[in-house]
Amino acid sequence: MNRWKNVKILSNKEIVPGMYELDILAPKMAQISEPGQFMNLYCKSESRLLPRPISICEINKEAETLKLIYAVVGKGTEEISQMREGETIKVMGPFGNGFKVGKEQDHIIIGGGVGTPPLLELVKHLKGKKRVYLGFRTNPILVEAFEKHGAEVHVATEDGSFGTKGNVMDILTKTEPQGDIVYSCGPKPMLKAVYNWAKEKNIPSQLSFEERMACGIGACLVCTCKIQREQEVDWENRRVCKDGPVFNGDEVIWDD
Amino acid sequence: MTSLNTKINIAGVEMKNPVMTASGTFGSGKEYSEFVDLNQLGAVVVKGVANVPWKGNASPRTAETYGGMLNSVGLQNPGVDVFIKEDIPFLRKFDTKIIVNIAGRSVEDYCEVVETLGDADIDMIELNISCPNVKEGCVSFGTNAKTVEQVTKEVKKYAKQPLIVKLSPNVADIAEIARGAEAGGADAISLINTLLGMVIDIHKRQPVLANIMGGFSGPAIKPVAVRMVYQVAQAVSVPIIGMGGIATGEDAIEFMLAGATGVAVGTANFYNPRATMDVKEGIEAYMKKYNVKDINHIVGELSYI
Repeated sequence: MNRWKNVKILSNKEIVPGMYELDILAPKMAQISEPGQFMNLYCKSESRLLPRPISICEINKEAETLKLIYAVVGKGTEEISQMREGETIKVMGPFGNGFKVGKEQDHIIIGGGVGTPPLLELVKHLKGKKRVYLGFRTNPILVEAFEKHGAEVHVATEDGSFGTKGNVMDILTKTEPQGDIVYSCGPKPMLKAVYNWAKEKNIPSQLSFEERMACGIGACLVCTCKIQREQEVDWENRRVCKDGPVFNGDEVIWDD
Repeated sequence: MTSLNTKINIAGVEMKNPVMTASGTFGSGKEYSEFVDLNQLGAVVVKGVANVPWKGNASPRTAETYGGMLNSVGLQNPGVDVFIKEDIPFLRKFDTKIIVNIAGRSVEDYCEVVETLGDADIDMIELNISCPNVKEGCVSFGTNAKTVEQVTKEVKKYAKQPLIVKLSPNVADIAEIARGAEAGGADAISLINTLLGMVIDIHKRQPVLANIMGGFSGPAIKPVAVRMVYQVAQAVSVPIIGMGGIATGEDAIEFMLAGATGVAVGTANFYNPRATMDVKEGIEAYMKKYNVKDINHIVGELSYI
């Protein structure tokens, strides 16, 4: 039962309004975690049954810790945000097919809001040029952390409070970077725009999707995304939790 | 030390204990085999299969509710041929019974799946005439006693394995529907499927589910399910498999006292992948506490105030 247990909270603090950074001591789980995977976090309230899927921001295999950054979007994440250092939290994971790191040397990394955290662990695994484009409504997160790992970071905020005023596509179309591969995580409309932008330049993309989940392990079939793989005659509803959350942009059917 | 008898028999199929999985909540067991020893289950009831692959409904397909959840998966499945090729060989590695839930949009669909399964190495068939998430077939068959009888009778002609008919709770008189299934030749009855529900996002002023409505399940629905099992137990003589919010051994005992011979764990699997084992151990603890030597002795054994 390595992937399901109560773990100790090392810290749980608000980093910008409405967004929290949770560090957990997760032996075994940290050992097997990979960039782009997620953890399921449980609430203590029995009225909230389902675990909350949260992407892994950083993995420290030596210290056996995981860092997760989440936004408070409802009662469940609000409850989790009230948990304190020293308490335990029930977690399950890591789950999902994360990002695949290849031999590319010129990487374009694009994050939107709370889709930014899983890209940080990815950046640590990439070699060569790393250009990071991040978009936020207002308060940016993790900018210095990306820079610390050798990335050139461009930021857009919708209210113009930091970096360029606008969204991530605005800075992307303004700078028009070239690269061998695009990695991205964020809301679906952003992923669609990122995919179209990359496709025009003939750059392959790995995109991490977010969807409402129940079990997180591939049994319930509620978190699907329309995917058509090479050599398949028709699309299929693939599981974001198990077949994803990272899919190749070319496999995704973008009709909604 | 006296040993406890937890064996049950449903329509000639012997199970080592009354604990099964509810269709659609356990896949075909693969995902859960990391957490549960499938050998410990009375039966695995697999995700509904149809004669051809079904893509299911649009996302979002789920919404959490107080003590429960909605789903609108819409019986996504790879079709019976893929199921026979991939899932039966996997499940047969374990010492548990295999119950195949079947879905269809027409009586002919159901009959075709049942016929295809005729030579398959499975133990029972569960006829799903109660999914609220599919427009054609399914629940439209399950809400009228006469239609239930006719569909059951037709499917029964093709079924080589014992036939369980799974009932919808979204009806005015569950006992009448159950009598229809029994009259049609059902060897057993399972209930309840999900209750039709709806959740609205007040900030966006939109239904949360793309399908607008979905099936409501989880601990919150248990009293409705227990009541319906009780009513059906009064109405028919075939064995009953009870489900609806079962998460513990105590929950399971409640269903058995109401008249269920077997029980199925559904939504609880989603948040507790070991829920089936908790239920099994809870049943055994109850038997020890109340000196019940044979689990069959408590089925329908209610006394009244």
